[in-house]
Amino acid sequence: MIVPPTAPVAPLIQIQALTKRFGAGVPVLDGLTLDVAAGEFVSLIGPSGCGKSTLLRLLSGLTPASCGNITIAGRPPGETDDLAYVFQDPTLLPWLKVAANVETLLRLRRMPAAERIRRGAAALELVRLTDKARAYPRQLSGGQRMRVSLARALALEPRLILLDEPFGALDEMTRDHLGEELLAIRERQQWTALFVTHSVAEAVFLSSRILIFAAHPGRVVHDLPIELPYPRNQDTRRDPAYLGLVSEVSAKLRAVEESAGPVSTAA
Amino acid sequence: MNPRLLRWLLPALLAVGFVVGWQVLHGQLSPSRRFLLPDLAGLIAAFREHGAVLARAAGYTAVAALGGFGLAVVVAVGASVLLASSELVRTALYPYLMVLQMVPVIVIAPILILWVGPGWPSVIIVTFLISFFPLVVNTTQGLLSVERAQVDLFRMARASGLQAMFLLRVPAALPYFFTGLRISAILAPIGALTADYIVGSTSGGRSGLGITALLFSARNEIPALYATAITGCLLGFALVGVVSGLAWLALHRWHDSYSPSDK
Repeated sequence: MIVPPTAPVAPLIQIQALTKRFGAGVPVLDGLTLDVAAGEFVSLIGPSGCGKSTLLRLLSGLTPASCGNITIAGRPPGETDDLAYVFQDPTLLPWLKVAANVETLLRLRRMPAAERIRRGAAALELVRLTDKARAYPRQLSGGQRMRVSLARALALEPRLILLDEPFGALDEMTRDHLGEELLAIRERQQWTALFVTHSVAEAVFLSSRILIFAAHPGRVVHDLPIELPYPRNQDTRRDPAYLGLVSEVSAKLRAVEESAGPVSTAA
Repeated sequence: MNPRLLRWLLPALLAVGFVVGWQVLHGQLSPSRRFLLPDLAGLIAAFREHGAVLARAAGYTAVAALGGFGLAVVVAVGASVLLASSELVRTALYPYLMVLQMVPVIVIAPILILWVGPGWPSVIIVTFLISFFPLVVNTTQGLLSVERAQVDLFRMARASGLQAMFLLRVPAALPYFFTGLRISAILAPIGALTADYIVGSTSGGRSGLGITALLFSARNEIPALYATAITGCLLGFALVGVVSGLAWLALHRWHDSYSPSDK
């Protein structure tokens, strides 16, 4: 196959004029057009009801679009094996040991046992829980459960990971640690991430790009590059550039939430 | 105190108190009425005298109870998988499942005897009818009680319907299944005894505890009736014990109901 050297690399995710509405009324997402290149870490923030979680469900193929078009690595959602999803809850199967939980999705894909076990062990090592392989989920802390959930996604060796407020239920310390771990894993395993969060600090720390959504109808109002060098670690949190970006993004988010305040609710 | 010891000691103490109270009550009755409440010695004598008969009858009733109970488990699990797979099936069948439980045994007994004759076949069918409902209701509920996000997880992995049923719904339903199994394990021996009383066979020594109770009652052997009641309870305890053991085996490693307490 001959590829012209000047051919541009197609974005990993291409979204064109995507609209999603549930029943009649204001669409949850209205005419969203968005490209995400391979290797980006994109955080989605915005007021509730702005469609950021819905966007993840659309990308994963769980919900069909009302109109518009999505492709992931050139294929429609629900037809790609390149994607993993991390929910807000760990959603582990309590009757399976940690190792079996990590292998669950590989088992569903009917992967041969040897390969499945190898990948499961590798993923568990990435989240540093190898010593818990034979424990049951109820024996783990909340943070450990979330790391197992992450390992389950990583075991798929995906090109794209969708994370829907994965650390939202954890305390701040655990949350910060897991954020740092997530970035450290990404240094070793290259994937693209779409990360829904309510925390501006978390979004700035993790992302190479932040999309601020507005609600009623759900749409992207700011598309901000976060130009802090990777690898990032706990020192990054004290970097004036980081702190400046956090306050800048916070101000923009607040402006969005206030402009969508009582006026639009009354309308 | 050691909680495990307490678990045995407390019921044992209660049993001792019960027997003592019983004896006292027996002493309070006028001599002409003491036969109504036999004392411990009378009870032991009854067990001595009728032990062989009771043991054989208990054996028959145990086999019938296990037969009806086993049949109920197999049919209920199959029916639950069917019911959980389709809301249409569920809506259509649910009223008739309740009918199964509502069927008055006394009324269908003569019909059953005409259909399959007295004895084991009838007893097993009645036991089945009595122990089926709690099993099917609980198991179906369990198969449907799967977290939405876990269903999403399986859908996203493009799991087949069979994979979702056997790798997700069936294990998730196990605690519910065992709840139903415990209830049915209590109902089945009582059901088998009652069924034997109504549709049991009186011929050729093939009678269970129900018919035996009927005979003792006809001969006014009150201590023997108490002995029969106790034998029936022992059967119930045995089955419940086995079921609790199975539940422990299946659940204690992962289910919260068996997690160590926070003391």
